[in-house]
Amino acid sequence: MSFWTRHQIFEKNSIILIVGILLVIAIGGLVEITPLFYLKSTIEAVDGVRPYTPLELAGRNVYVREGCYLCHSQMIRPLRDEVERYGHFSLAAESMYDHPFQWGSKRTGPDLARVGAKYSDDWHVTHLTNPRAIVPQSVMPGYPFLSATEVDSDTIADHMKTLKAIGTPYTDDQIVNAGADMKAQADPDNAGSDAFTKRYAKAVVRNFDGKPGTPTEMDALIAYLQMLGTLVDFKIYNEKANLR
Amino acid sequence: MSQPSISKTMTTGESGLAVVFAVTAFLCVIAAAKAVDTPFAFHAALSAVASLAAVFCIVNRYFDRPTALPPAEINGRPNYNMGPIKFSSVMAMFWGIAGFLVGLIIASQLAWPALNFDLPWTSFGRLRPLHTSAVIFAFGGNVLIATSFYVVQKSCRVRLAGDLAPWFVVVGYNFFILVAGTGYLLGVTQSKEYAEPEWYADLWLTIVWVTYLLVFLATIIKRKEPHIFVANWFYLAFIVTIAVLHLGNNPALPVSAFGSKSYVAWGGIQDAMFQWWYGHNAVGFFLTAGFLAIMYYFIPKRAERPIYSYRLSIIHFWALIFLYIWAGPHHLHYTALPDWTQTLGMTFSIMLWMPSWGGMINGLMTLSGAWDKLRTDPVLRMLVVSVAFYGMSTFEGPMMSIKVVNSLSHYTDWTIGHVHSGALGWVGFVSFGALYCLVPWAWNRKELYSLKLVNWHFWIATLGIVLYISAMWVSGILQGLMWRAYTSLGFLEYSFIESVEAMHPFYIIRAAGGGLFLIGALIMAYNLWMTVRVGEQEVQMPVALQPAE
Repeated sequence: MSFWTRHQIFEKNSIILIVGILLVIAIGGLVEITPLFYLKSTIEAVDGVRPYTPLELAGRNVYVREGCYLCHSQMIRPLRDEVERYGHFSLAAESMYDHPFQWGSKRTGPDLARVGAKYSDDWHVTHLTNPRAIVPQSVMPGYPFLSATEVDSDTIADHMKTLKAIGTPYTDDQIVNAGADMKAQADPDNAGSDAFTKRYAKAVVRNFDGKPGTPTEMDALIAYLQMLGTLVDFKIYNEKANLR
Repeated sequence: MSQPSISKTMTTGESGLAVVFAVTAFLCVIAAAKAVDTPFAFHAALSAVASLAAVFCIVNRYFDRPTALPPAEINGRPNYNMGPIKFSSVMAMFWGIAGFLVGLIIASQLAWPALNFDLPWTSFGRLRPLHTSAVIFAFGGNVLIATSFYVVQKSCRVRLAGDLAPWFVVVGYNFFILVAGTGYLLGVTQSKEYAEPEWYADLWLTIVWVTYLLVFLATIIKRKEPHIFVANWFYLAFIVTIAVLHLGNNPALPVSAFGSKSYVAWGGIQDAMFQWWYGHNAVGFFLTAGFLAIMYYFIPKRAERPIYSYRLSIIHFWALIFLYIWAGPHHLHYTALPDWTQTLGMTFSIMLWMPSWGGMINGLMTLSGAWDKLRTDPVLRMLVVSVAFYGMSTFEGPMMSIKVVNSLSHYTDWTIGHVHSGALGWVGFVSFGALYCLVPWAWNRKELYSLKLVNWHFWIATLGIVLYISAMWVSGILQGLMWRAYTSLGFLEYSFIESVEAMHPFYIIRAAGGGLFLIGALIMAYNLWMTVRVGEQEVQMPVALQPAE
């Protein structure tokens, strides 16, 4: 029986055809995806990476909601020009608590993986409100409505509980104090600021949008942008330890 | 019109589905009342209204229909079910124009950012998923459902399986699109490209998609032909694989059962890999396998020639579906994804060139002995040019997946140009060609209203595509080169914003190209509308004997 005659078993039996299709399409995915869950070399061992603070998480949700990832990547490739333009190439560990990841696929605007601490909070407020006020050639939309919308400190603990359920290592202490921590991070005069910075290493407490009162989406988004890429200290990071 | 009769009863499907929708409506009202955010409340209310409308339609149809359901055969000939096909064809045209229009708007926003109006629901970040979903899933999806329901009936020579099920598929799918699209405008998104809809829309799509698979499969199982026609292999691979990809990429945990926000189970690097395993195979199975099925049915049919090589189609099929699945990592070259995965992705992407061109050759060579028809039949010309674009973008794709090339092309407009040579040239044209064939067939019309208008559509759209892709090639390569340019002293030569400024003229040309493509689609819509409205009835078919759909 020739190959072509044998093939008739697929052409004459729909169930065998479906089983054949399923087997053939399963192989590639299984080989490429499964090892990423158990190969230890996949994610580097790095000090400093922590889950997002409540305010940063709320800011990240604004980033997701407004589709920022469609024009800004968060993945610096190990190429000479990128490392010189944006900073140390991105490590897998730096996005391990990102659900979903925000690596992006297009740079209509610059990469943001290490935008944290590059510009002042004031710069961000002006730029997010009207990008062309600071960068005349920019094609970015303006987001003036962020300053007018308060972030919800009541439900943020639920968000953190959900993330904990899918593997983000939030402590019970962090979840219980989520709402208070959110307010504390945007208000340096808040009594809870010290307790907050103990709960989140390297977290910055500032009035990000420069306005008094409850934190807005502008506070949250800037808090998120200002921490991007700042968690790993590359002065003490040992690249050789993570050769893979 | 109802004919009261003692023996007329509701089928189990009718009563069961009516009850399910009634219960769903009730649950949706509760969900709307308990909603924790406005978009969720809106979607729950929308679902409640839609469920009630579904109950009304089912009951109304019951009272209007004759006692017996439409027979499977009339006078020994299959009584094909055209209703759902007509519905999907109309929706395809509607969503196509909507999607092209949104594309034109966002293209213009990149050239003139004032068009974002600084409002949440009109900004680029929310409109781009609306554009991609409208053209890929709404336009492309409806074309695929319409043609697959047509092809599977004709090539199996049986009536479509199920009575209400096909209607559930076409209407349910379009409702998914409505929920997804309005969600984007309200800021409801998972931020996974081409898989943006949130958890509840994903669940609904799963139900609809499984029904689609069952209708399609049941029709094949009761076929009157010994062999399953080659187009149906491709449709089947498309339906099955999209189900697998959808389930693999989207597992998420909602923050609240009454809220729109959820967090995807996968994180970081694994999520990136899952995303592009899904993303590239949305291209491979939605935009390629499904539309190759269209190629394998509509080109032979329109050219009145058999498929060039049956054996080539066997090799084409298995090689294509096996190799495509591996190609995802080429979207993640030089990222934090391990090198071994990137290398595998690149290797298989290059190998993928072969089955792709095998398929292209099979499609083009089907014209053997009928090449002269390209001069006289603009519909066939559209179909054939689509296959040529398929060949072009399946060469460009493997080339861009080579890591060195990718280091330049990635993150730039070159990718956008590549996508659109495939999307406008291949998927767009093969869909247009298929609809130009399908509409007269489904509505029993002798021919199209005007071949001259098809010709205008063809040339205007082709000019649009050429403007679009050449503008993006130039801007993409320019961008990539500017980013890596160094001065003689060893400093980066350009700031990022200088590269943005340099894009401006190309963004205008691109928008003009998109505008032409949209004008072509408007001409098409008019032509199809007139075909249905004033076209001459095909006489051979015993139309009068067919019960109303």
